[in-house]
Parts: sequence; structure tokens; C-alpha cells
Amino acid sequence: MDITGRKLFVRALLEEGVDTIFGYPGGMVTDIMDELYKQEDIRLILPRHEQALIHEAEGYAKSTGKVGVCLVTSGPGATNTITGLADAHYDNIPLVCFTGQVPLNLIGNDAFQEVDIVGMTRSITKYGVTVRDRKDLGKIIKMAFYIAKTGKPGPVLVDIPKDIQIQSGDSKYPQTISIRGYKPNEGVHIGQLKKAYKLLKSAEKPLILAGGGILLGRAQKELKTLVETMRIPVVTTVMGKGALPADHPFYIGNSGMHGKYAANIAVSECDVLFSIGTRFNDRITGDLNEFAPHAKIVHIDIDTASISRNVVVDVPIVADAKLALSKLNEWAEAKDTRHWMAQIHQWNNENPLEMRRDKGMTPQMIMEAINEEFDSCVITTDVGQHQMWAAQYLEMNEKKQFITSGGLGTMGFGFPAAIGAKIGNPDKPVICITGDGGFQMNMQEMVTSVAEGAPVIICLLNNQYLGMVRQMQQLFYGKRYEATCLRKRAACPANCKGKNKDCPPYLPDFMQFAKAYGAHGIRVENEKEIAAALKEARTYTDAPTIIEFIISSDEIVLPMVQGGNPMSNMILK
Amino acid sequence: MKNRWIALYVENEVGVLAKVSGLFSGKSYNLQSLTVGTTEDETVSRMTICVASDDITFEQIKKQLNRMVEVIKVIDLTNVQMHMKEILFAKITHCTKADQAELFQIAQAFKVEVADMGKDSVLLECKLTERRNNDLIALLKSRFKNIEVVRGGAVAIESISTSCR
Repeated sequence: MDITGRKLFVRALLEEGVDTIFGYPGGMVTDIMDELYKQEDIRLILPRHEQALIHEAEGYAKSTGKVGVCLVTSGPGATNTITGLADAHYDNIPLVCFTGQVPLNLIGNDAFQEVDIVGMTRSITKYGVTVRDRKDLGKIIKMAFYIAKTGKPGPVLVDIPKDIQIQSGDSKYPQTISIRGYKPNEGVHIGQLKKAYKLLKSAEKPLILAGGGILLGRAQKELKTLVETMRIPVVTTVMGKGALPADHPFYIGNSGMHGKYAANIAVSECDVLFSIGTRFNDRITGDLNEFAPHAKIVHIDIDTASISRNVVVDVPIVADAKLALSKLNEWAEAKDTRHWMAQIHQWNNENPLEMRRDKGMTPQMIMEAINEEFDSCVITTDVGQHQMWAAQYLEMNEKKQFITSGGLGTMGFGFPAAIGAKIGNPDKPVICITGDGGFQMNMQEMVTSVAEGAPVIICLLNNQYLGMVRQMQQLFYGKRYEATCLRKRAACPANCKGKNKDCPPYLPDFMQFAKAYGAHGIRVENEKEIAAALKEARTYTDAPTIIEFIISSDEIVLPMVQGGNPMSNMILK
Repeated sequence: MKNRWIALYVENEVGVLAKVSGLFSGKSYNLQSLTVGTTEDETVSRMTICVASDDITFEQIKKQLNRMVEVIKVIDLTNVQMHMKEILFAKITHCTKADQAELFQIAQAFKVEVADMGKDSVLLECKLTERRNNDLIALLKSRFKNIEVVRGGAVAIESISTSCR
């Protein structure tokens, strides 16, 4: 029996096991919305802006391992998802984003709310397509889910013209799909892996660089086994944070631009760098010519195109992290790395990661309190200084997940991502660590958090500035704080050199803001109040809580490697 | 930097050409020429792509093409025996009789066809390699003022392998 496209759409979602979607209505998805009204198995979350909507889907997908599903209308609905698509593309988050489209016969007419969204997003989606024939609808949706979640995951965009939604056609949804141009790698080259193992075995100063691929491939256990058998120290990228528990004796810390001193020196000094699931982004490598200059490099990645792209490697291995590591574990034998470990510990003692504790509340104290208060949770961050402090000081493990916008660095990501994570994990505390700049980019989502019953805890580090840029202005631009002071008003002097007694008050008042939405607000100005505030926030399960930490504007993220410099050239103080 | 050749099998679908060409512009790869047409299978198109790059970039280009869902197969023709031709039309107008005679000579030397002729014009149809077409254009430009040229971009196919001979 034939059914309408909109009926098949809902059937397809159910067949894919989708129980939650993030949707915003509009003229070109009213039919699908109407179909969703008639069923009870799929919950529709209604955010207040499509950009936040897609970040919510990202947080949901990342925290549950499921595909995040978005449904938005044509035109502005579709274009508002672009930042999120790029973000998911960079950080390899499986999403299927359905966009409504004007009817086929109007495409190209500059019809109301018509945009070529597939054309616009071609370079930031794993796959994108407009359904041009009702008979292809089922096949395309099947393809979309398959492509989004297999291989290196990513966002897929499916653009559905309104007439396709209404038209009758085949009722069947395909059970399997084969795409001739898309065959994700499912094996591992044993010869290459043996070569890699040999290098690792004979190394005197071996080091594992674990990227986000470990977490995407859910290979934490396999990594831990390898590390413990061979006794090899591990550094992580920001996206790889949590690949090995923070308290593990072989875990050194993050490497990269704001990484730990010992981690970056270890990368510069190691003789074999065994990297898994990382793109060797410029934030990790710094000056490419000086990156791991003494090391033979092994690189395991599911994506062929990530290998030997930025850093030319000695042993490339295209494979899923979990598969490659379990194979390695079959051969792995104990190694003596005591000397090398002692060296790394010595570097760490020379320049440990630590902020002053003599006066006032520092970001480190806030992160430590979060570490202590929560033993099982999801933590999201926004982008900026607070993100780097979180990456430096938060301690992750099997029960604590870290979600951040690493590749695109999207301000406004943290809060909606937390809401999505909370919707996917209603029983876990979900904490959003954010700044006063990034939070304001999507703070309209407060209502989504309240209305959808997703009470997250927002730890807002308010330094009254766009701190990460301010830090650059402070260090490299003669303290010319252009466009970074969030207290600035039209009446302020043009060449302000920083805070003074005439500064206007900060806006908005986040406590009043919380109140306006029926949420809770706690302002913390003293380090002694941190722990109590977190405890109090935990007790509020009816609505979200904003804990506003008033921190000094002068606090900067250290250590730091200036862009383009070698990783061994760190600014420490 | 040298010229390299790729034969690319892609799905014959809307937007695939834009996606492939977008990769080259988006990642600053130096595209020299790109031709596309359907194959014996109408669901498949084949592109012949010429790109100027160093070794590392070229490896990356092939990988990037390979990871596109719509790309079925990437064949590197750079170091294989292949047949490669480009169609080119050259129209030379305002010719004297002597010019026309010279153009006939050039056609003979380059083994190209005189496709059409008017009282003071000549139309050449050339199926040569790209390099040979470049030579021809250079010569025409040095001898004549009123030239109109259209080039089709090169198409290439692997030679029949020796084992099949």
C-alpha cells in the first residue's frame, strides 16, 4: 500500500530507533510536524533558535552515542543550522539534519524561504542531498543514518521539498543499504600494525598521543590495557580528554597550545610518538617543522585523509581505534619505561599546572570543586578561557564525560549542548562550564532547559570580558582592549586601557535573568562559597541553575604557546 | 609542482560537479582542467582532472576525493600509459589569401582539420594533447591578430595493458 512521504518519514525515524528529535516548525515542515503530532514514540524538543537546536542535537548525540536528529524549515531555518553543521563536521558528531524545502517546481524561483542549503553546506557535511523523487525518500533517509554514524561520523543533511512530503509512494523503508562510493574501513592492516608495535617495543622514550578518535571509537578500555601492559605514558588532545582516566599513573595531561608543560616537552623529546585518532591540528603541533623532532610517528586513524596531512608519519594505519588497539593488545608485552617516566615527572615538578592561591577565587579552584562534587556527570564547555581551564584542570574518567567544541571553536555551543546531553541523560548531572561572552550567544535556551525539564547546572565564569581575546590583547597588543570589554557602553572613552572606577555596571544581571525564566541563580564571589554553591545547585531538580562566579578579569590561561611557535617554546608565567 | 592526472568515477547526480570543484577551490588546490561526461553506464559520470601540485598535496587530493560519498573510484593516471586528447577550435578571421595558405600549412604540420572556411576566415578543429594545443595557440597568436579559441579540457583513458595485446 502506498503512503505519503510524511508518513514514511516518521516510519523511517522509528525504524532507526529515534526517540528524540530537535525540531523547529516553519512553512515547509508543517506536514511532517502534523504527522509527528499523531504519534507518541518520538519526543520533539522545541528549542528557541535553530543554531541552539543543532548544538542540542550535538550534545545529545555525543553524550548518548546515538545519531542526533534535527528538523527545521527551509530558508532561515536551514541557514541557522550552518554553524552547527560545521561544528559537527569538525568534531565528527553523527547528526542527520532534515530541512524542509519549497516544492520542486518552485526551486530556483527565489521562492519565499527558498535557499540552496545543500549547496551552501557541501563543504561542511559528510553528505547532503535534496530528495527529488518520492520513490527515493526511504533510501535517502536510510543512507543518511548509515553515513552519519559509520566510519568517521559526521553530519548529513537531507533536504525534503514540501511536495515530496505530501506525495504518495512506496511504504517500505529499506533494512539495509549499500553505497558503491562509500565503504567505511572495517579492517586493519596487520603488517602495518606489526611495524608500529615493533617501533613501540624498541622505543626508549615512547609516548601515546590520544585524540578524540579514542572516545568516538569507544576504545578507552583498550587504550588503558595497552598503556598498562606496555607502561607507556599518554598525552591527550583537548578532544581526547578522558581517553585515559585523569588519575591514571601513566596519564600526563593535555598537549598543545594550552597544554601541560610536561606533556609538550614529552612530545618534543619522545623517540616514538604513537598517535591515535587525532588530526594533528595546528593547536596540537605548533610549528610543524619542530613538532616531535626526534620521533618516529605512528598514526592510527579511521580517516585516510587525516593521515600524513599535516604531519608526515612513518607508519600510517587506517583503522578503527578499538579494532587496532585490541589487536595490539594481543601482542603487547611489558616494557621498562621507568627512566622515561621519571624524566616526565621531573618536568612536571619543574612546571606543574597550577594557579596562585594567595588571593581571591581562581578558575582552578572552581574546576577542582567541580571535580570533587561530581563523580558521575557530563560536562560541556563553551569556547574561550574557561574552556581551556576546564581542559586543564577537570579530571575525567569512565563516568565523567567532557564535551566541547574543539575543531570549530563555536561560542554559544556549551549551554545548548548541555541541554541536549541532559535530555539524553536525565539521571546524570549535566554541568555547562561557560563564560559570560559565550553564554550570551545562546542564552535564550534558558526556556528550553526549563520547559523541556532539562535542569542543567550552568557554571558561568564571569570576568566581564571576552577573555581569550583580551588575553591576546594583554600579551601581544599593548593592552588595547578593543571590542572585548562587555561592560563597554557608547559613553566610554575610546582608548580605554582596562577597568577603572567609572566603568558602567555589567549587563545583564544573570541573577535577574535566571529569575525571569523561573530558574535558580547563585552568585559566588568568594572561593569559600564554591563548594556550597555546587551542592545547592544539585538540589534543584525542577529547573536549571546559573552559578555565576565573579572572577578577576586579569586571570589568563597559562601555559601558552603562541600560534606558529614550536611546542617547546611555552610562555609559562 | 607538476601536472598530474586523475580519472574520477562519480555518481551522475545533481551537485556532484559542484562538490568536486568546490573541494579544489575550498582547499586551494591548483586545478588545471576538469572535464566531465557520462559513461557507458548512465548512472556514472567520469571526470578527467588535471591538477598542478607537489607529491604530498596530490596524495591528499586523492584521499579527499576518495572520501566523498558520491565518488566511486579515483584512478591516478599520472604515471601510467594513457591516451589523452583535448578538443580545440580556433577561428581565425580577417585573413588574407596568404594567411589562409599559411593556416593550411599549419593544419598540415599539426595534423589538425580545417573544419570550415569563409572568404577571409578559417576554422581549425584540433584533437591534440593539451601541450600540443598550447603550442598551436602560441604559434597562431604569433602569426595572426584575430583569433577566437575554445578548448574543451583534456580527456584521458588508460592504454590497453600489454598483457591484453
